[in-house]
Amino acid sequence: MSGVLLQVRNLQVYYGTDAGEVKAVDGVSFDLPRGLKLGLVGESGCGKSTMAMSMMRLIKPPGRIVGGQILLDGVDLASIPEEEMRRRRMTDISLIPQGAMNSLSPVARVRDQIIDGIKDHDVNLDKADLHRRVQEVLESVDLDPDVADMFPHELSGGMKQRVCVAIAIVLRPKLIIADEPTSALDVVVQRQVMQTIERLQEEMGISMILIGHDMGLMAQSVDLLAVMYAGRLAELGEVHEVFARPIHPYTRLLISTLPTLGQRGQFSGIPGITPSLLEPPPGCLFHPRCPKAEPACSEVCPTLIEERPGHWVACHPNGRA
Amino acid sequence: MRFLNYVRRNKSLGAGLIILVALILFASVGRLVVDTERAYPLATPPNRSPSLAYPFGTDSQGRDLLAVAVQGTYLTSRIGVTAGVIGLTVGVILGFLAAYYGGVLDTTIRWVVDVLLTVPGLLVLVVIASTIRRGMSVNGMALVVAILAWMWPTRTVRSQVLSLRERAFVRVAKLSGMSSLEIIFRELMPNLLPYLGAALVGSVTGAIFASLGLEALGLGPMREPTLGMTIYWMMFYSAFVRGLWWWILVPVLIILFIFVGLFLVSAGLDELANPRLRRRV
Amino acid sequence: MTALLQLENVTKVYRGGLFRRRSTVALEDSHVTIGGERPTILAIAGESGSGKTTMGMLLLGFIGPTEGRVLFGGQNLWQAPKATWQQFRREVQAIFQDPFEVYNPFYKVDHVLTVPIAKFGLAKSRAQERQLVEEALINVGLRPEETLGRYPHQLSGGQRQRITIARALLLNPKVIIADEPVSMIDASLRATILRSLQGLKNDQGISILYITHDLATAYHICEDIMILYLGSVVEAGDVETVITEPEHPYTRLLVGSIPWPDPNRRWGHAEEVAKGKALRMATSGCKFAPRCPHAFEMCHLARPPLYRTAQSRAVACYLYRESPMMEGSAISTVLGVNERGNGSSATRAGL
Repeated sequence: MSGVLLQVRNLQVYYGTDAGEVKAVDGVSFDLPRGLKLGLVGESGCGKSTMAMSMMRLIKPPGRIVGGQILLDGVDLASIPEEEMRRRRMTDISLIPQGAMNSLSPVARVRDQIIDGIKDHDVNLDKADLHRRVQEVLESVDLDPDVADMFPHELSGGMKQRVCVAIAIVLRPKLIIADEPTSALDVVVQRQVMQTIERLQEEMGISMILIGHDMGLMAQSVDLLAVMYAGRLAELGEVHEVFARPIHPYTRLLISTLPTLGQRGQFSGIPGITPSLLEPPPGCLFHPRCPKAEPACSEVCPTLIEERPGHWVACHPNGRA
Repeated sequence: MRFLNYVRRNKSLGAGLIILVALILFASVGRLVVDTERAYPLATPPNRSPSLAYPFGTDSQGRDLLAVAVQGTYLTSRIGVTAGVIGLTVGVILGFLAAYYGGVLDTTIRWVVDVLLTVPGLLVLVVIASTIRRGMSVNGMALVVAILAWMWPTRTVRSQVLSLRERAFVRVAKLSGMSSLEIIFRELMPNLLPYLGAALVGSVTGAIFASLGLEALGLGPMREPTLGMTIYWMMFYSAFVRGLWWWILVPVLIILFIFVGLFLVSAGLDELANPRLRRRV
Repeated sequence: MTALLQLENVTKVYRGGLFRRRSTVALEDSHVTIGGERPTILAIAGESGSGKTTMGMLLLGFIGPTEGRVLFGGQNLWQAPKATWQQFRREVQAIFQDPFEVYNPFYKVDHVLTVPIAKFGLAKSRAQERQLVEEALINVGLRPEETLGRYPHQLSGGQRQRITIARALLLNPKVIIADEPVSMIDASLRATILRSLQGLKNDQGISILYITHDLATAYHICEDIMILYLGSVVEAGDVETVITEPEHPYTRLLVGSIPWPDPNRRWGHAEEVAKGKALRMATSGCKFAPRCPHAFEMCHLARPPLYRTAQSRAVACYLYRESPMMEGSAISTVLGVNERGNGSSATRAGL
């Protein structure tokens, strides 16, 4: 089976507040081929977590999906009834939420938390089978099977996060969304957890969307990279291509702010602050901070176009390359 | 203005406040309008059912039950609030000291509180009240109830302060040269205000409850028409058997309103203090 | 010449568990010196459990050592009179990790600046106080009219963190302990904060102890680095060489796990023996031995001493036992060896 697994078309997710509508996600589209990893990167508040929650249909009021489609193998997750979505969660699409390791129940053993997910989906297995499944999934995330009998507080941060990964994959979904899965972890543990996720993903053929703000982590882990800014995509392409030949000024600035070996003492930032999503600036949302802004940028908001094969960018001609 | 907006959204708090304000008005305006002397024995002909002259009827001792309702609400509330405030104040002081200074002070306070909490409260109150029996006044009642009202607040304030103590802004305050006492009053206390508001409501509720219990047993100020004493007399004179339904209804309904009002306010404050329970951003 | 702030043979043990039987050794026999003649930026790097935060807390006087001494200007801090502590609080300040938690949500952000001014008597009138506050904000690149009078949740993380730097500077300290100052700030906004920290050293002669788990930022602004593992120093020296040519197996693991933003330089397979079980700290022998791919017999017997492998490098590993041994207390001799300077004079501007 090959081809495109996930097609997001013009997704719009808004939050209604007393002060007005916050356009957290405003017209995001991308394709994810089967078996690949997509990285969704952006600063805080750019809407990436909202993306994750909307794909899982977990957005609560005052947020709501205003428009667009989320086609997973042809099924539009944005429009199917809630009961059907509930069945598809964990079996078709799964989420490792931000801070997942802190949301493990402190009073239940690891085994029970994994089984909870299985039972909820009407999978009828007897006790012995359930236990075997739990063993299998723990081994696949490089955890000792003994961990099944432990409570979360007995585990280290990295181990807890692996338990969360185990819960997410136990029903073999087609797609996993990992929202900052390693943000609270030490750098060595982070590497181990990411490499475990990578191995799993290759062995089981699961596609993945990795959400984060760490470009370094993205460079190490993903195949495709989508750069998000203020609710829209700025750039989208194959990861080596985006790093080697970034087109959008924001992407270029993001890459240049990262410390690299060998150029000690040279680092820079992006001036200004992220725009208010309540009263976004006219035209291109990035233009107030853009070094290449021209008058046209404050009038018309650029759309995503395919500048090079497989490399998309939302920027007016003066800013590109 | 923002407060009113919030109250409108937090229905519990809104409804509770309305009930309590209504009760306060009833008691305060009532005491100005109604002759409170009629709440005492031999003021009226006894056992009259509700009529134009006596809208709430009269009881077997010749008290006008309307006056009793007004005076009783006032007295019982006074007992509850006095005891509740004393209990909370003592609890706050002890709780802060124990949590902030730790060590021996903390261990001692904690030990005393934990031991006293296991002693059956009502028993202690009954013993004390029956010893004072003859000389019990309304204020005396408040003090008796306050004896047991400080322990729970001490424990809960202590745990709140323990968690606040580790927050980064306390460290910054230390670095900026603040002394421990200053940190308690200027940094920690303001953050506890919403919690203390809720604790006060709980404290007052508990105090009213305790006073009602004691009085219903006959251990309160005998002559005063507090709500609890009214219940005592009502039972003493077998109002049930004799069909004096108005005598039963008056105190029971008022007590009902007090508790429902307090409960709603407490639930509403709960939502205020715990943002995760809030319905909207 | 005595350094301003030192940890001398400091061990910190936390006792826990029922009847206090389970104990954690957060720091073992540590020596750190900060605030010498020449201002420097020293990185204390390690993962969680390494003891770096404990070290910071000890240096700030928030907790006391179980063994050893904390010295301020040569005096034992915990036996010093109140006047010394007042001076200590003026000369040693801190910047913390969480730019939100450091503010009391009840007050506006001005509070955090006005309290030290009042407590240390820096201003004689309201007008002077206002002036000091505004100057402090401008010094860190903020506009007073945009930041004063606001509540913490109304400002961005970067602005809040810069205000805490302004606060730290109000008292004209000689040493600043920065505990993970940029880890909770977006990567794109870190540069301004890091540049401010560098400016503190270059322009105002303040020495900085930069506690972090992020070797990449340490690499860019620090001169020297000490790597901690489970409470002990495993490697120390000049930051450029330690990171580009790490010697201790743990340092190699740490450096190899840095997610460099280059898709062509991906993590290789970790040399280390990957484990999923919770590890117990070795009671004898090298603490890293259970995870070390190069461990041999000697490693499990006794803790390795520090070996001086270069003028600006010390490593606590038996792999380097050919090099001369050195005392833990001499660790500062491998730091600040190479002359570093970015033009500006190292003298303190105003005292």
